[in-house]
Amino acid sequence: MAELTVNGRTHQVDVDPETPLLWVLRDTLGLTGTKYGCGIAQCGACSVHVDGIAMRSCSVPLSAVEGRQITTIEGLAQNGVLHKVQQAWLDHDVPQCGYCQCGMIMAVAALLKDKPKPTDADIDSNITNICRCGTYQQVRAAIHAAAASA
Amino acid sequence: MNHVANIDRRSFVVSAAALGGGLTLGFELPFAGPPVARAQDATPEINAWVVIRPDDTVAIRIARAEMGQGTLTGLAQLVAEELECDWSKVTADQPTPGQNVARKRVWGDFSTTGSRGIRESNEYVRKGGAAARMMLIQAAANTWNVPTAECTAENSVITHKPSGRTTTYGKVAEAAAKLEPPAEVKLKDPKDWKIAGKPAKRLDTPDKLTGKAPYAIDVRLPGMLYAAVKACPVHGGKVKSFDAAKIAGNKGVKHVVQVGQTAVAVVGDSWWRAKTALEALPIVWDEGENAKVSSASIGELLKAGLDAQEAFVGNQKGDVKAAIAGAAKKVEAVYGYPYQAHACMEPMNATAVYTPDKCEVWTSSQNAEAALAATSEASGLPIAKCDVHKFLLGGGFGRRGRTDYVTQAVLIAKQVPGTPIKLLWSREEDMTQDTYHPITQCKLTGALDANGNLTGLHMRISGQSILATLAPARLQNGRDPATFQGLNPGGSEGAFGYDVPNLLIDHAMRNPHVTPGFWRGVNNNQNAIYLECFMDELAHAAGEDPLEFRRKLMAKYPKHLAVLNAVAEKIGWGQPAPQGVYRGLAQQMAYGSYVAGAAEISVVSGSKIKIHRIVAATDPGYAVNPAQIERQVAGSAAYGLTALFNGVCTVKDGRIEQQNFDSYDIMRIAEMPKVETVLIPSGGFWGGVGEPTICVAAPAVLNAYFAATGQRIRSMPLKSHNISFA
Repeated sequence: MAELTVNGRTHQVDVDPETPLLWVLRDTLGLTGTKYGCGIAQCGACSVHVDGIAMRSCSVPLSAVEGRQITTIEGLAQNGVLHKVQQAWLDHDVPQCGYCQCGMIMAVAALLKDKPKPTDADIDSNITNICRCGTYQQVRAAIHAAAASA
Repeated sequence: MNHVANIDRRSFVVSAAALGGGLTLGFELPFAGPPVARAQDATPEINAWVVIRPDDTVAIRIARAEMGQGTLTGLAQLVAEELECDWSKVTADQPTPGQNVARKRVWGDFSTTGSRGIRESNEYVRKGGAAARMMLIQAAANTWNVPTAECTAENSVITHKPSGRTTTYGKVAEAAAKLEPPAEVKLKDPKDWKIAGKPAKRLDTPDKLTGKAPYAIDVRLPGMLYAAVKACPVHGGKVKSFDAAKIAGNKGVKHVVQVGQTAVAVVGDSWWRAKTALEALPIVWDEGENAKVSSASIGELLKAGLDAQEAFVGNQKGDVKAAIAGAAKKVEAVYGYPYQAHACMEPMNATAVYTPDKCEVWTSSQNAEAALAATSEASGLPIAKCDVHKFLLGGGFGRRGRTDYVTQAVLIAKQVPGTPIKLLWSREEDMTQDTYHPITQCKLTGALDANGNLTGLHMRISGQSILATLAPARLQNGRDPATFQGLNPGGSEGAFGYDVPNLLIDHAMRNPHVTPGFWRGVNNNQNAIYLECFMDELAHAAGEDPLEFRRKLMAKYPKHLAVLNAVAEKIGWGQPAPQGVYRGLAQQMAYGSYVAGAAEISVVSGSKIKIHRIVAATDPGYAVNPAQIERQVAGSAAYGLTALFNGVCTVKDGRIEQQNFDSYDIMRIAEMPKVETVLIPSGGFWGGVGEPTICVAAPAVLNAYFAATGQRIRSMPLKSHNISFA
């Protein structure tokens, strides 16, 4: 049994310790907003926050996150109010297929915590998630809007 | 919202309804129920397209698949436009293909490929909306005992003009549902549109921001087991043997099963355990002769086709041989385009439960009716005992028009009756068992007269036919008409836009064993590179400006010319560019729309391309949602540029070498250029927008690269020339 704290709730999970966090979230806890895209930390569809830092959960074993605070897309909105990144995404109608967007939003939320007013260069070097639909133009506009809304 | 789907239909539909957040379909066979069809919550249907609740909320049924292209919203706008309902109260529902079959295909075709979602169903969905409006007005008029001609409807409110009485759709829906549908329906002139033609927000956005939006990969059923699969890495190969005993002791492994003749699956209590065990499972393949095939051998096969005697003709005019023989100047070039993977962000997956009486599948498909047929075939049960529940697609791009993953899920589930099985392909399986953008080469020969006029053009395409493998019934006496996308002598789909007096475009079909597929943009992608880069080569050989050279050949093609002129003007063609910045352009007609692209680039450190701007013009006839078209155009540019810079799948020992995004890289935000969309809907026809722009982005950049360096790149991708994004 491992103890896992996700979105403020503590869970006891009976899962092999080497299992990637992604699969514990999705298949054990049913938090399916975190997506599988590549399994090798390339695409970022599985991005979550571990102690406030964006991490690619497909490549983080369960054993490495015991006792740490994990936030998934399901826990980003607080008290029914969208996080400013989600709100900017809504205002800019960013998603197309939408599959990568939860990971993209988590990555951007972490970036804004670190750099509240990111430049285009900051965005380029920090946001490396893959969006196969090519929503990048809207993503960039929405990041600046979210930064401005703070 | 509850997105844990239960196995019984009622609970499931509740979950799937989260798609639109609205009503769900009840499904009443015509012979079994009352004359009025009802939604799940007993709300009556006005007709198959429209359900209105007492609180005036409207559920619009959408048959086509939503994979990001915005069709769900666009089709709902068209229905709502004719319905005259309150757009803020609209949600969308997706009927299942089983329901469509049971109701004599009342929703028409579910297939969502070829940028056809809106253009091929706009008329009947608009009629559905208009008929519902007429029935609602009729119901109100009956209540008031007044002629319908004295009543009008707007924003879900019906008004009797002479008396000023009003009622709402929700109040008369029950009565309207009992009326006979009108025999004749008149549609609005698009110039009077109020909801369609406007930049409405997508209906499916909110749930995509919180993790609630249901994709097939998210399905959870009670007692469900997870399957990981591996098919023979050499396409066409078979399973010879596998040693299940080797992994029998692995934690969580429940079953090790063969899947048809070509694959092996491990079924476990978690997907991670199943996948880990599968990786340790010894499998012996019967790979056959194809194991000897390599990219080099395929290249040789195609090269031989460039000069072959026999070829299928796609477009012919005059005497090209004589024109070339008599040319003052002959220009010749050979181009090539590689295999490319779709790489949908959501890997292929399907969940199936089989019993001897019933087989149900939960999946994302661009053609849910084909998925239903595959379910029936794989399960051995008649269609009436099968159904397929539809979800949002985490990318489609043509890949999810195939049903191979559905067949696999059912074949596995059939071996574990009564237990729901979620089959998920690993990224590696997804990339090596794709149906790839077909591989071709093209030899172009142009004849210029002494004045630099193009008097003859021969375009010989050699390479793979998609239809020959995926849909041989659609070949025409062996010829694959889809090979000539954008090069056809006329027609409403993809007409060649140049008037060349002596012309021959032909195809020497050469089909390697690697499975080809429809890949967003399909054959337009390479055809536009071949033609539009060669047009530039001809212009330079003639000593002419590439735009002026094209214009002289396009007088008979005003719509092609209009989009080309539009991008030329916006990019500043003919005016000085900033220091170190170079321009290129291209045009094509694809999927019924006219598109053109222009690029501004600079070349950095010798081998890196910085794309400053892409200007892309589209004339789709009618623009149902300009904001979503803009997004499709920008996304298409990204798709086309990823293909141009990075897109290549190579073959070694008969198998695809690239397995994941580390070796098959996708453009990131840092590489995304600014895309400026010019939308010029000229009316009178319906063109698609999900794909066309892809094919003009690449040649525009290639032509700009030539302008910058004097170097002509003729084989894709740029990566193989050590050229990358700056």
